[in-house]
This record gives sequence, structure tokens and C-alpha cells, in this order.
Amino acid sequence: MADKVLMKGNEAIAEAAILAGCRHYFGYPITPQTEIAAYMAKRMPKIGGTFLQAESEIAAINMVYGVSATGKRVMTSSSSPGISLKGEGISYLAGADLPALVVNVQRGGPGLGGIQPSQSDYFQATKGGAHGDFHMLVLAPASVQEMAELTVKGFDLADKYRMTAMILADGTMGQMMEPVSLDFAAGEPVEKPWAVTGTKMARPHNIVNSLFLKPEALEKTNFERFERYERIKETEVMYEEYMMEDAEICVVAFGIASRVSKNAINEARAQGIKVGLIRPITLWPFPEKAIAKAAEKCKKFISVELSMGQMIEDVRLAVNGKAPVTLCNRTGGMIPAPEQVLAAITDAAK
Amino acid sequence: MAKLTFKTDKCKGCGLCVDACPKGVLALAEDKINQKGHHPVEAVNEAACIGCAFCATMCPDCIIKVER
Amino acid sequence: MVVFDKPHALTDVPLHYCPGCTHGIVHRLVAEVMDELGIEGRTIGVAPVGCSVMAYDYFNCDMVEAAHGRAPAVATGIKRSDPDNIVFTYQGDGDLASIGMAETVHSAARNENITIIFINNAIYGMTGGQMAPTSLPGQVTQTSPYGRDTAQCGFPIKVCEMLSQLDGPEYLERVAVNNVKNVKNAKKAIKKAFENQVNGKGFSLIEVISSCPTNWGMTPKRALEWIDEKMIPYYPLGVYKDRSAGK
Repeated sequence: MADKVLMKGNEAIAEAAILAGCRHYFGYPITPQTEIAAYMAKRMPKIGGTFLQAESEIAAINMVYGVSATGKRVMTSSSSPGISLKGEGISYLAGADLPALVVNVQRGGPGLGGIQPSQSDYFQATKGGAHGDFHMLVLAPASVQEMAELTVKGFDLADKYRMTAMILADGTMGQMMEPVSLDFAAGEPVEKPWAVTGTKMARPHNIVNSLFLKPEALEKTNFERFERYERIKETEVMYEEYMMEDAEICVVAFGIASRVSKNAINEARAQGIKVGLIRPITLWPFPEKAIAKAAEKCKKFISVELSMGQMIEDVRLAVNGKAPVTLCNRTGGMIPAPEQVLAAITDAAK
Repeated sequence: MAKLTFKTDKCKGCGLCVDACPKGVLALAEDKINQKGHHPVEAVNEAACIGCAFCATMCPDCIIKVER
Repeated sequence: MVVFDKPHALTDVPLHYCPGCTHGIVHRLVAEVMDELGIEGRTIGVAPVGCSVMAYDYFNCDMVEAAHGRAPAVATGIKRSDPDNIVFTYQGDGDLASIGMAETVHSAARNENITIIFINNAIYGMTGGQMAPTSLPGQVTQTSPYGRDTAQCGFPIKVCEMLSQLDGPEYLERVAVNNVKNVKNAKKAIKKAFENQVNGKGFSLIEVISSCPTNWGMTPKRALEWIDEKMIPYYPLGVYKDRSAGK
């Protein structure tokens, strides 16, 4: 068994990125993700990498765009208000089909909001996050170990599909310390013949671009991008099922909400209530088939969220009217207690 | 004796070359229209050309080749 | 003997610019410099948003199209990825001095080893002639129809003067392309700006006073005269910073 080290979630992301071959990090300070930048500032100079504190979130994501255009692995991290600023660059990355890893350690919003944990950027992350027809791969870790593993996975998927992968964590996941095994490796490097590495006077020039003035051409690129998205939906969905074999009530929750929910489910099971959990690990693509399958036998669904109810819309779409879907939530930086989730489960069991 | 060659179809007829020429070699061809719909530049007095390339220096569209 | 021909680093794609627009001259100068320094094969250009948005089609080197104003940040990423490559941005006044001012100032402050070609024609061309951060006091544009009123919308930004106050940048020069002599000087400045990067000296920005006959509402010839009469008196040509001068 590999040695485990005790790390904060944010540090696990940073170290995993380095293990994944990322040598370029650009960021701007914002709570509660600052440990990632601090870790990179220490480590990157020692391994021949680049850490640069940019003048803004906007500059940081555009530096990411520049490195990605050259074909190298690159990342940035921020928290909710900063992610809004990065939206412009994320859209351009999508338009130019450039891979990148973006970490959002969510805090409460809207506006300046607060600095406590939240999941209220679900819509922003899963529905595009900026202007235009596009999606990001959205990965939602529920442990420090997953913070590390999904970071590596995110880089691999981003390269494979030429798109942004977002780690959608929250303040709790970022600050929490747990033992982590870093005994894993990134996938095989992907050929990037489109990268701007200099023509060496040996090939026609490469152009990295998101401008298509002819609507026919823009439509074609969007069609092609969404064909890729369909392949992703078929092959890359990840989720965890917990006590779902005989479940009559299905809780759907991701990230920190799923951990709270597991506690509540254990308690409910002790009371004889047949309840289980579906924990989406990829929020986009959403595990709609798994939830649809559960809807064939479960009588009730509960979406547990640290928001006013965002993922619940995707749960309802997947359940497709076969069962009622209710919301159990806190917001603004508050976290639902296991008792609150247990109460929602007990209500549903009545 | 200098030689001027024009990519006439790329000429936009702006006339900056005409003004730059110190010897009055160039003029816009008022009786011709190129593919783009402009009166293109032509050499009306090529014998006077000294090959200074002032015309090409001011041409925004790089349509003039100068040989000497 | 060929005295003058299209440089290799310029593609054969016809430029979309209006007749008499001096963007074409500056494109050619940049391409000539790439040819002369033998750097086309390791140069990566960054195109802006604005009239020169399609510059990526005009240069034979690898090209990246950036978001509006973000070219210096994109160039920073490209340069940090492979410092042996030569990276330049080509930006207009709206791109560089308005929406992208933070990226401009901070790349200069970092002495980022890149080359910036800054086209100042005192107007937004692509969108049809709106007031630019460099539009002159009193200048009539679509969004200053009664002339730029400095009491209401402030004064033009003199980019070279402003950046020259920073410790960071290596080389700042303002040139013009309104006559043969000025074009030759502009070429020298642009060449030096690229040589600085090749030699690892750092941030070089060349501000090029250019014309926009269409949106100024002038003939191409008259627009070049207007540069002498109005633009250059407000934006004096010359070297604003050259850290290695005299060394």
C-alpha cells in the first residue's frame, strides 16, 4: 500500500496537477482557494515550472489560453466571484477548442457574497458558464483523495476532448485535511498538431482562433463540438451509488453535501428506511441515465444542495415526472446538518 | 533602368504610391477597373523610375515589386 | 536585382483593410523584420480584436487570436511556455489602451520579454468609428458627434509617456507611418523591438501613429497629412525609454 500524506484539499489539487505534468499555473488571490496558489508558488520554481500571480482573474485565464495554445498542460484556480471574471476566457478556450484545467473552490454568492462554502455555481459550471454554445467537463470531488484524482483525470479528459475541465469544489473541500495517496500517474500524452510551437519553416502556420465570421462555418464548428459532447455523455459519466440496491427513496447530492447525506442515510437505514444515494462525480455530463434508472423503482427523490436548488433541475429532468423531487438545502455559506437531511428523508418516507 | 511589377488585382487605388513617387512615374488608371472595383495604379512614365521603392514603401497592400 | 518585394513572413491573403489604411504598411514592416532576423519559424503572433482581428491570416508565422485587450496576457502565456520562441502582439488603441490597459501596464511592469506593436489611429475602426482612448480633444467620432469634450469624457491617453514612468519596460518608442522617412524610422524601431526580445532584454512597445481614412472621413492622402498636422503634435514621435541606450 502506498504511503499516505495528510493534505488540505487545495494542496492535493496543486500537487496532483504537478503529478499530471502541469508546469504552468496562473492565478489571482481569492479566498477560499489561496492555498493552491501558495503551493504552486513554492513548488513551481523548484521543478522548472511557471507560477505567475496575474494582475487579475481575466489576465490569469488569458495566460492559461496562451500556454494551452502552445500545447502544454496549464491551470488556474479561483473562487466564485473570480470564476465569473474568468468566464470570458473560458468561452474563448471553448471557441478555440483549447484544453485547460480550471478549479473553482466555491463560496457563497451572488456578488461578493461570503467566503463560506457553497455549491451555488452549479448552473454557471454545468450550463456553460459564459457566452456561446459550449460545455465544460465538470468534476465534483467529495474527498481530498478525489480532489487529487479528479485533478489528474481532469487534465487527461481536457486533452482528450480539447476542452476546459473544471474541478467544482467548495470551501469545505478546499480547507479540509485528509490522508491522500498520490500514487497515480497521468494518462498517455495526447498529440497536439494544432499547437502554436513555431512553424520551424517546415509546415503551414497554425492558427488558434475562435472567430468564425461566416455563420455556416461557426454552425459547423458548434455542431462538431456538440458531437464530441455526445461522445463524452456516452463514455465519461462518473457517479457513485450508495445503498441503492433496494432504495425506495433516492438522495442526490455531490461534494460536501453527499458526505452529509451519507451520514443521514446511515441513520435513516438504522431506522429501517430504505434510502440510498446517487452521488454525481461528473456534474457535466450529468448521470441522467443512472437517475432515470433509479426513477423506475424509487418513489421519491431528494436533492441536497448548498444553494437555492440548482442541480435539482437536472434531477427533475432525469426523473422525468416519474416521482416527486424535493429540495433539502442551505445556502449563503451554510451547510445542511445531517439532522436536516434525515428530517427530509423521514418526511419522504411518510 | 528600374522595373516595376504590380499585382494589379490587389490594388485598392488609394494612391499613396502615386504621392510618394518623386519622379511622377505612377498614376491611377482612370480608364481601368480591377477585380475589386478600384482604379489600379499603373506606370505612366516607367522610363523615369529610379528604383527608389518609395512607392512600395507606402503601399499598404504590398502590390509593387521593384527591380533595378 | 530585386529592390523591393513582398516579405516571406506575409501571406498572399489579400488584406481586408480599407484603401489607404496604414495597417498594411505596419504588417509589412513586421514581416520584413521577421525575414531579416530569420525568426519566422519560431515566432508566434497574437492578433487583437479590432480592425486587425484577422491579422492571423496575414502572417506566415504561427498565430493566436486573443480576446479583446487580452493579447499581452495571452502573449505572456505563450512566452512563458517556451521562452526561446519570439512572441509579438499587434493591437489597436481600443484594444491596448482601453479594455486591455491592465494587461498592457502589467506586462510592461513585469518586463515581459515580448514585443508589442501598438497601432494608434485615434478611433475604433472595426465597429465604425467610435471615440477611442486616444481620440484627440475635439475630434469628431460617431460617439463624440460634437467633438471629444474633455470636460465630459476626459483626455487622450499617451501610452508611451505613461509606460515610461514604470521601471519595467526595456524600450518604448513612438513612430508614424505617414511618409517614406517615417516608415523607414518605424521599421528601425520595430526591428529593434524584436531584436531586444531575441537578445532577452525584455518588454518593447512600438506605438505607431496610423491613419484611418474611412472613419476620419478623409482621403488616404489627406489622412496622412492630418497625422502631421494633428496627431504628431499631440503624440510627439521619439524614444520614450531605452534602457540599453548608450550601453
